[in-house]
Amino acid sequence: MAENTTPVIHVDNLIAGYLPGVNILNGCSIEARQGELIGIIGPNGAGKSTLLKAIFGQVNIRGGHISLNGDDITGLKANKLVERGVGMVPQNNNVFPSLTIEENLQMGIFQEPQHYNERLEFVMSLFDELKKRLKQRAGSLSGGERQMVAMGRALMMNPKVLLLDEPSAGLSPVRQDEAFIRVSEINKAGVTTIMVEQNARRCLQICDRAYVLDQGTDAYTGTGRELLNDPKVISLYLGTLGT
Amino acid sequence: MDWGSILSNTAQSLLSPATMAFALAALGLAVHFGFAGLLNFGIAGFMAVGAYGYAISILTFGLPWWGAALVGLGASVVFAIIMGVPTLRLRGDYLAIVTIAAAEILRLLFLTTAFEEVTGSADGLFGYHASFRASNPFPEGTYGFGPWTYNEVEFWVLVIGLVLVALAALFVWRLMHSPWGRVIKGIREDEDAVRALGKNVFAYKMQALIIGGVIAAVGGIVYALPSAVNPNVYVTSLTFFVWTALLLGGAATVFGPLLGAVLFWVLQSFLSNLLPALVSSGLLPMVSSQQAATLRFVLVGLGLVLLVIFRPQGILGDKRELTFVK
Amino acid sequence: MSSNSSPEKVQKTTGLHVGTIEPGVKKVDAIISMDHVHRQFGGLTAVDVEHLEIPRGAITALIGPNGAGKTTLFNLLTGFDKPDTGEWTFDGRNIAGVPAFKLAQMGQVRTFQLTKALGLLTVLENMKLGAKNQKGESFLRSLFPFLWKKQDDEIAEKAMRLLTKFKLDAKKDDFAASLSGGQRKLLEMARALMSDPELVMLDEPMAGVNPALTQSLLDHILDLKKEGMTVLFVEHDMHMVSHIADWVVVLAEGRVVAEGPPTEVMKNPAVIDAYLGSHQDVDLGTVTGRIPKISE
Repeated sequence: MAENTTPVIHVDNLIAGYLPGVNILNGCSIEARQGELIGIIGPNGAGKSTLLKAIFGQVNIRGGHISLNGDDITGLKANKLVERGVGMVPQNNNVFPSLTIEENLQMGIFQEPQHYNERLEFVMSLFDELKKRLKQRAGSLSGGERQMVAMGRALMMNPKVLLLDEPSAGLSPVRQDEAFIRVSEINKAGVTTIMVEQNARRCLQICDRAYVLDQGTDAYTGTGRELLNDPKVISLYLGTLGT
Repeated sequence: MDWGSILSNTAQSLLSPATMAFALAALGLAVHFGFAGLLNFGIAGFMAVGAYGYAISILTFGLPWWGAALVGLGASVVFAIIMGVPTLRLRGDYLAIVTIAAAEILRLLFLTTAFEEVTGSADGLFGYHASFRASNPFPEGTYGFGPWTYNEVEFWVLVIGLVLVALAALFVWRLMHSPWGRVIKGIREDEDAVRALGKNVFAYKMQALIIGGVIAAVGGIVYALPSAVNPNVYVTSLTFFVWTALLLGGAATVFGPLLGAVLFWVLQSFLSNLLPALVSSGLLPMVSSQQAATLRFVLVGLGLVLLVIFRPQGILGDKRELTFVK
Repeated sequence: MSSNSSPEKVQKTTGLHVGTIEPGVKKVDAIISMDHVHRQFGGLTAVDVEHLEIPRGAITALIGPNGAGKTTLFNLLTGFDKPDTGEWTFDGRNIAGVPAFKLAQMGQVRTFQLTKALGLLTVLENMKLGAKNQKGESFLRSLFPFLWKKQDDEIAEKAMRLLTKFKLDAKKDDFAASLSGGQRKLLEMARALMSDPELVMLDEPMAGVNPALTQSLLDHILDLKKEGMTVLFVEHDMHMVSHIADWVVVLAEGRVVAEGPPTEVMKNPAVIDAYLGSHQDVDLGTVTGRIPKISE
């Protein structure tokens, strides 16, 4: 597999937190190379969502660096990051409920309206079910459907990297499976993706490489398959119920 | 500039009826907001109910001073119930809006000429001190030392005021360290959680509204004791001064409101002596002497803004304990 | 290989129903019985249950897709919402329209999907708040500690016993806000037990809990059954449901579409279509075609 030597996202020893004096991330390092689907799993409070939010400029960074294709983006505000090609799909409040699906997607590309048609075609190819419902108000959609629209919106700007915050959260088993398959399809279409997940098992089944975060640092890393079969990871993070 | 009289006047305000009334009003507001999370922006209304209830009972109904005080307190209970029944089941912001309106309605009722015979309308009420002065145990003479010198009437007011502040503080302290206080603090943070544990949340909120209201009404009575009752005192600005005192000292503590009230009043007094003196000695060139007096209110407003932004837990408050501090 | 043993097989309670298993089937001993419960939000029917009985002394799971009405049904049963029509009984007593706090006093407690551990109170204070019939909670009596101190100490002892069981005893004086998400879930459960309830209703107890903690949380729920309580919980994690539930009720679009023991329900084709998905026990790596790529 030919590899680009500069990773798309490189997080180096990041220290960050919300409240003064309390750090959630204590020296966390991860990397996403071109075309990879990276999973971030770990217990609650480990800093998974915080890591994503830090990459997206929404948390106070107190140490370490983040780079996008080699350029330092540490501490840049979210709007600047979007301009540079970082797409974020938050867990909650991820659509504009009073706007239609089509308008939500338009919001994703307002900075480059000239590319609207080709991007819309691309997103529709991935989200077939949305094609017939473009005029529907986003507020009337279920949680899983909103996830789809939010992902579509982020993809409209042709992001260099897509950040997903727990895409399966709160969904029923069948919708969760659909969400994971969808993420896999998006990544296969060429989008470098970093995915934070609570459903560790499913996440590891589809990702190329993954990091296990614990207490704010990257405790383990390996390919998805390696971690799925690692007894330490199983006992600490996956639990034995699903086996 | 006469620093001697500026400092002496300021020192005097440390133990004035106004300061004690403020401390009581702030303590009442602490029960409402600091402990129970009720946004009461009409605390001036409770003080007015206490003061007017007291004065009217003496002047119109000829009650002795302690009977009149009880009537004032009873009236504040009724006021709290009227305010609470429609609003305590709604979101906090609605209570805030209703309390502002209720206090203003009350003030306008006291101001209107329709009830002039009873309320004195714009002139207010005065000359109701006979029975209070008659019950003074202290013989004629001067008490105290330095800037804290009082005649026997002033001393009587001071003693009553201090005793009431102490009793109210002890009362609130006891309450908040009891299981009742525990329920109230839970309600402050999350009503539904407390409801799910079997507590009648509406009843508790009403009790807190009444208790805080009664304490503020005591403050109103103490304020009126030595002087007069005037509708222009119980305006919305008074409510915001009490809020400033409360936030300054620490909203969810018992000593916080007392400390905040004293500091606030002393500072106010200091500025009201200092600023005109600065103007007359030419040290404040762009301000006239009338403007100097108003300038202190500008400074108070600024202080409140800075307090809320930079230290909302106040001097004695614990940041970890407060729902409104992030 | 792995030194961790698989979870033990749980003793399931059987024979809970009377007659053929179908939605609305009667139970041998129902702790809750609902009739014609209807709740609408604008044009959306959230709950439309003809008849449903919850068996006493068993663990019942309420499952269904998002928006199926599970939380609305929970809110109706626990008095946090009022139905448009409908009646239900708890222990034979009519409780439709009874306010939430009274139901809690009657022996029905609930937890919330978004944990409501009171972060600004200490762990011990949270626990004490859960106890019933506290003399000191009456305003007048609260002023005289000698009237309630002894009872408060007894409550503290009971709280410590429960906290020890849930391994939170060391944190008793910490503010609940300093606990991790999983610990807060445990605190909420422990606090709910302070009132010795008959029926414990848990709204997504596993949500946000580290998978490795799941086993201990499940053990606590099984303990509730051992001590004679009835449990009703909402969950999405089917592994958990099949592991501990004696009975499963499937809700979809506000209606009960299936109920029965977990093994039966999970084989029901309608349930698989609407809720479980056909990949329940399949590795998604196979489905997405990734496995050959990675083993390169």
